[in-house]
Order: sequence, then structure tokens, then C-alpha cells
Amino acid sequence: METFLEEVNKRIDGVPLQSCYHCRKCTAGCPAAPYMEYNPNKVIKMIQNGEREKVLNSSTIWLCLSCETCITRCPNKVDIARMMDVLRQMAIESGIGAKEKNVLKFHEAFLAGIRRGGRINEPMMMAEYKLKSLDLFSDVLLAPGMFLKGKLALLSPRTKDMKSVKDIFEKKRQL
Amino acid sequence: MKVSYYPGCSLHATGKEYDESMKAVSRALGIELKEVEDWSCCGASSAHSTNFDLSIALSARNLIAAEKDAMDVMVPCAACFNRFKMAEHHLKGDKSLKTKIEGVVGAKYQGGIAIRNPIDIIYNEIGIDALAAKVKKQLTGLKTVSYYGCLLLRPPEVCEFEDYENPFMLDKMMGALGADVKNWSYKTDCCGGSLSISKTKIVVNMVDKLMKAAREAGANCVVTACPLCMANLDMRPSKGLKLPIFYFTELISLALGVEGAPETLKSHMFDPRPLLSELKLI
Repeated sequence: METFLEEVNKRIDGVPLQSCYHCRKCTAGCPAAPYMEYNPNKVIKMIQNGEREKVLNSSTIWLCLSCETCITRCPNKVDIARMMDVLRQMAIESGIGAKEKNVLKFHEAFLAGIRRGGRINEPMMMAEYKLKSLDLFSDVLLAPGMFLKGKLALLSPRTKDMKSVKDIFEKKRQL
Repeated sequence: MKVSYYPGCSLHATGKEYDESMKAVSRALGIELKEVEDWSCCGASSAHSTNFDLSIALSARNLIAAEKDAMDVMVPCAACFNRFKMAEHHLKGDKSLKTKIEGVVGAKYQGGIAIRNPIDIIYNEIGIDALAAKVKKQLTGLKTVSYYGCLLLRPPEVCEFEDYENPFMLDKMMGALGADVKNWSYKTDCCGGSLSISKTKIVVNMVDKLMKAAREAGANCVVTACPLCMANLDMRPSKGLKLPIFYFTELISLALGVEGAPETLKSHMFDPRPLLSELKLI
């Protein structure tokens, strides 16, 4: 039976996480670390310890901004940004879902927007996010100003060959 | 020179000022743009945060579309640029992934065209001297800090951006326009990116820190090359901390005296025009 560490390493398909010697450069440079449940280097340790549920259930993996500062500065080139992507995908696939529910709901609304029109129509995407998250009132005061300034186009051009876009979503399921 | 042009979703919506000023600057500098045929979204943060194969496939569809014109593709949005470079990196480095993704997209990926951001194209193809020679209105009194953010620069092996911890190309460009370029240590810090909507408080903290640092450096405005940075810096700072934020292309087009250049400034959420009128630049 594959350990949690082996599973994550296989998916990252790069430098193994054991190469980390906990210098904490990743955590020192991480702009989201102050808001995270566990620091990025701590997550590596937890994966090594096999703490699967705790890691996949943590806010950390959803608060990672993918700014890639960690991988840029890691002396051993451990790809922590990619690790966070892998962990998020594992949390979704295993049915654990997201500790930071609205972050995932935003991603879902965004991807639904691509699936619908090939390109993102921001007002539609925001409406869908608000319905999913029930976060109905935040930013509503910004909307009229944005609309008047032409930043919220209700009708925006779509991709014409929508079949090719929909196919991507369908086929990736079968991979 | 002639290049393919991939605007991406933001440049047709919240980032429309970037699209308009990018086109104006390109015309003024003799860069001909041909829009990628029937492009779709690159997938942005939402695709790679949830499904790796999807993120590569969505970008690959566009790279394959761009390859039909066999020219370098200019990608102004830092997020799209990052996703395209990332897709290229994985498709070139992993044959079995390439085969799998080609199956999903239904077309072959050649990998023969260069993915370039406009900072690189203007700096390296047009050149700073040629840019300075075209300046009609020196941006005297404008004290800028250059804000590169994350997605143009990192990871460095993928983005191939020059001097990724202390980038200088925007600084040199603004200097060539006559701006007083201030140095600061936050050139490559993150603005909070895609958490702007789902975790707004975190993003407010992050942009407030940037705005304070820009003021401390003596700047009266911030220059960016990313529609996500623009949206966060323009809308999210707390009251009293806001500063005018410009796309670098807006300042180039202003300095080159492009007709109608101030038009795009009207749609910024924090109006930069009072500063520019005070400095007699508009």
C-alpha cells in the first residue's frame, strides 16, 4: 500500500519532498503564511508523517496563492507550489472538499464560466459564485461603479468553437 | 514586427484599459498585432488549483491556435502568460503528458512559437533608446514604483524573466519616459491574486502593506503589468491608503502623445486624473 508521502511525490513528479531540510525559506517568503493553519514547511513534515486527513483538511492548501515564491527560493528545488496544487486536487478527489469552502466555490464558478462560454464573463461568474457561496452582500457596493465605468460588460464575446472547449472538460474526466 | 496577440478574458472586461493602451502603444511603436483565432480562457488559477490536466489542456488549446500563425505570441496578462509558459514547460518536458493532452484537445502541439510578455517585447525588440526617442511629453513629476507581482516572474525556470528577484525592465522604461523611478523592496511581492473575492480581508491586508511601502518609497503612483494586480491595487486598499495605479502601457501612450491616451484613465476605480492634471500631464 502506497504511503501518503509516496502518493504526493508521485503526483508532483519532481524533486521528492524528503529533500526538504526545513530551512524554512519557503515559510519566510510566503505572503499567505500568517493566515495559514500550518506553515508550508510544516505541511511537508506532516506529509512525511502520513497525516493525510489533517493535511487535506487544512486551510493552508486553500490559502496558498500560487505566487511561487517558495519554489523560487527553495535551495533544494522542492516544488511546494505544485505540492499545494496536488493536495488541493487530492482533497477534491477524495471527497474531503475544501476547508476554505468559498475558495473552492470561486474556482468552481470560474470553471463553470469557461465551460459555458469559453471565456469568462465576469458578471455571470460573480453571480454564480454568490449563489454558490451565499456570500451575497460583499462587494455589492463596488458593482454600480464598475458597471458605470464599463468594467462589467454584461454581454461579452464567447469562443465560437464551444465544442472544442466542452470536449476538454469531458475528456479530462476520462483520463 | 508582427506578433500574435492573446488578450485573455480580463483584457476584455475589468482590464480593458490594458487592452486599449496595449493596442495604442503597439501602433505607436510599430508592433502589428494579430489576435489569436477563436481563443478561449487560459484556465487561470482556478484550473491549476483544482485539476492539473485541465489547466494544461485549456492553455494548450490556445497555444495550438496561436501556432497556426507561426509568430511569437504576445500575452499582456501576467496570469495568462504564466499559465502558457507553464503549459509549454510541461508539454515540452513530458512526452506522455503531451500525448495525453493532445488527445484531450484534439490537435497536435508543436511548441515552435515563443510566448512573450509585452515588457520583454518592448524592452528587447524596440529598445529603451528607441522608446526614449519617441517621447513627446516627459512624465516629469510622476514618482513611480514598478510593481511586477508574481506571475511574470515565477517560477524563474518557467517564466524566464530577467533578474526575477530584482527586475528592472519596467523601471528602465519608466525612466525613459521621464518619470522619477523610486526604488522599493516590494517589486515582486504578491497582491493576493485570486483570493480577492473569496478571502477579501487577507487581500486588503496584503495591498495595504504594498500601498504603505510605496508611499514610504516616495512614490505618488504605482505601475503594473497585470490586470489582477491592477484590480486588487485599484480597488482593495483601505481608505486613505489608495494611490493612482497605472498600466505601464497607459504611461507609455501618454508620454508618446498618442491621441486619446487619457481615455482609459476614466475607468480606473481610483481616479488617477487629478494627479496627472496637477502635474500638467493631461
